[in-house]
Amino acid sequence: MLKTEEKDVIAVVETAIQKHGSHADALIPILLEINHELGYLPKEAFHAVRKRVNAPPDHMFISDGRLYSLATFYHMLSIDKPGRHVVQFCESAPCHVQGGREVWQALQDELQVHPGETSPDGRWTLVTVSCLGACGVGPVVVIDDEMFGNVTPEQLPDILAKYE
Amino acid sequence: MKFARSMVLVSNDPESLRRGAQQVYDRFAKEIAAHGLGEEVALSQISDAGRFDTLPMVIIYPEAAAYGPVTENDVARIVEEHLYKGRLVEDLLAPVRELSGRIGWLKMRKGAMPAEKRIVLRRAGRIDPESIEDYIAEEGFAALAKALTELSPAQVIDVLEKSGLQGRGGAGFPAGRKWRFVAGTAGPKKYVVCNADESEPGTFKDRVILEGDPYAIVEALTIAAYSVGADEGFIYVRGEYQLAQHRLEHAIEQAHAYGLLGKNIMGTNFSLELHVHSGAGAYVCGEETALLESIEGKRGEPRARPPYPTTHGLWGKPTLVNNVETLANVPPILVNGAEWYRQFGTPSSPGTKTYTILGNVNFTGLIEVPMGITLREIINIYGHGMKDDATFKMAQTGGSSGSIIPASLQDTPMDFESFRKAGVSLGSGALLVCDERTCVVDLAKVLLNFFRTECCGKCTPCRVGTERSYLVFDQISKGQANLEDLDTLLKLAEQLEQVSNCGLGQTAAVPVRDTLKYFRAEVEAHIRLGVCPTGVCHLTRESAPAHSMA
Repeated sequence: MLKTEEKDVIAVVETAIQKHGSHADALIPILLEINHELGYLPKEAFHAVRKRVNAPPDHMFISDGRLYSLATFYHMLSIDKPGRHVVQFCESAPCHVQGGREVWQALQDELQVHPGETSPDGRWTLVTVSCLGACGVGPVVVIDDEMFGNVTPEQLPDILAKYE
Repeated sequence: MKFARSMVLVSNDPESLRRGAQQVYDRFAKEIAAHGLGEEVALSQISDAGRFDTLPMVIIYPEAAAYGPVTENDVARIVEEHLYKGRLVEDLLAPVRELSGRIGWLKMRKGAMPAEKRIVLRRAGRIDPESIEDYIAEEGFAALAKALTELSPAQVIDVLEKSGLQGRGGAGFPAGRKWRFVAGTAGPKKYVVCNADESEPGTFKDRVILEGDPYAIVEALTIAAYSVGADEGFIYVRGEYQLAQHRLEHAIEQAHAYGLLGKNIMGTNFSLELHVHSGAGAYVCGEETALLESIEGKRGEPRARPPYPTTHGLWGKPTLVNNVETLANVPPILVNGAEWYRQFGTPSSPGTKTYTILGNVNFTGLIEVPMGITLREIINIYGHGMKDDATFKMAQTGGSSGSIIPASLQDTPMDFESFRKAGVSLGSGALLVCDERTCVVDLAKVLLNFFRTECCGKCTPCRVGTERSYLVFDQISKGQANLEDLDTLLKLAEQLEQVSNCGLGQTAAVPVRDTLKYFRAEVEAHIRLGVCPTGVCHLTRESAPAHSMA
């Protein structure tokens, strides 16, 4: 995941709008794309999207507030800058009964981060998610874009060591 | 499609790819060419071989030999021995006794394993999901051709109604009737929408259909649009399903190139445009009106109903919304007829149903079997019994919003009507099997945590009710609750059921009710005795119960 400073926000917004168009039904795909590129949605991105879709030829009437309300509703959108690596843990029942509880405890111990928080050194952000659709291989942990299934507490140190 | 004496299928689902399936595939291509077998052996990639422990898997036909896990270094031997000399490489075969229910067609050949009845999954894992030729060779677009050239829209709906197909998203509403509602509305602009926002924890049947057989959804949605008079459609896929989205986009592109989508489909005057729309992570968007809000670029907050989407849907226009599995049933019904479909399942719930088997069983995975099978049969036959020979305690159907099925109901036929009579619901077909080591309080806590997190916050009964129910169960799990709190729970459950705006709040009451209905003694043990019978909860009760939540 690249940091905001390394990427030009305006260019990312422009690419996303080029790809998805600038109709109302494209708003969420646009935000998703920007979020994926930058790791989160900075204020500048909201301004840039609003300016762009409200301009001709589309003349939508979208406020920063509307975009903010979308960004805070959907789990895959974030307004907080994440750490270098985002660790997602599935806390739903299927993972839970297949050993998820132990993995969750071990994960917090390993990372020394509370859910929803970023470690002081900026290496990890830990979040819980509802379901990742890979229930046959629970418990499931996703780090950045990589998915790990059938995770055991013993495997965690090796898995985490791959991410600097 | 060329004809070959042997067919090599390499799994390439995300987990296989992570474990090097692409390298295995590339190596096969190289070795097959090196042995001069390029003309005789077909090589292709399949979405998912149906099991997780031995990925990447390689399946070779006609022997139906399943190898796994296969590494790059094994490939030369398999090609040399199996394809060139015609001998199985015994030591690389995946152990048969561990085969999951998901490759029943393979087991059938060996005569050792239970067969499934596959209708919606019949192509998943057998065709290359990125090749439209493969799809067409396997009866693909035959139903669309029949609909467009032989049947009127009303006749298509007649067949569907006669087949008795019910919505597979969980509610079990008759599909044909829904189509008729939309077809009956006036107006030049209508939409068809495929609900592929499969977010119910434990359910991944739609993902396997979309990843393994994406053209089926394109075809079914086209038939639906023809029948109800729509000219635009959306497939709303949950954001986490990147591979499914990619495959659908590719399928739509190819269908366009073949004149099976776009303007004047198959030379008729029927036209349709389809779009893939990505979700962004919100369970509530599986609720159809929330899904429509989300497509419109808004927060996914369910609308008040009526009016229903059949008259006021996307952008206020009549809209048909169907689940992936429901749609996948449509083409085979049209090709084979309603009578054919009715021979499977029970009279009140015809057809097959996919189930995901999860939890404390020996084999987890996805199966497709006729309606009316019992839970006991599924656990013993397809799940290969309980893990560690533990005792079955309960199963949870249909993800978080399903029912809790106690052992006393495990012989109830699994169809919509029998379950309704027994006071439980089938839901989306996830079967989370729990053994005696599972604590019901702990499980209810996890389920309610899910609901309070996923509640959209629009209506008060759900926003407050799910949070408070969770807190009460949290107190119980800590040994800090009173017996009166159980009355509070039931009151909250009633309010959730009666006055919530949408299905999320209404079903959030189900785990509370079911837990207290079937396992009240266990819950009370936490409160009265300060003991968790399974030893899961860490009770920190002091001498007297702490202040109650009520």
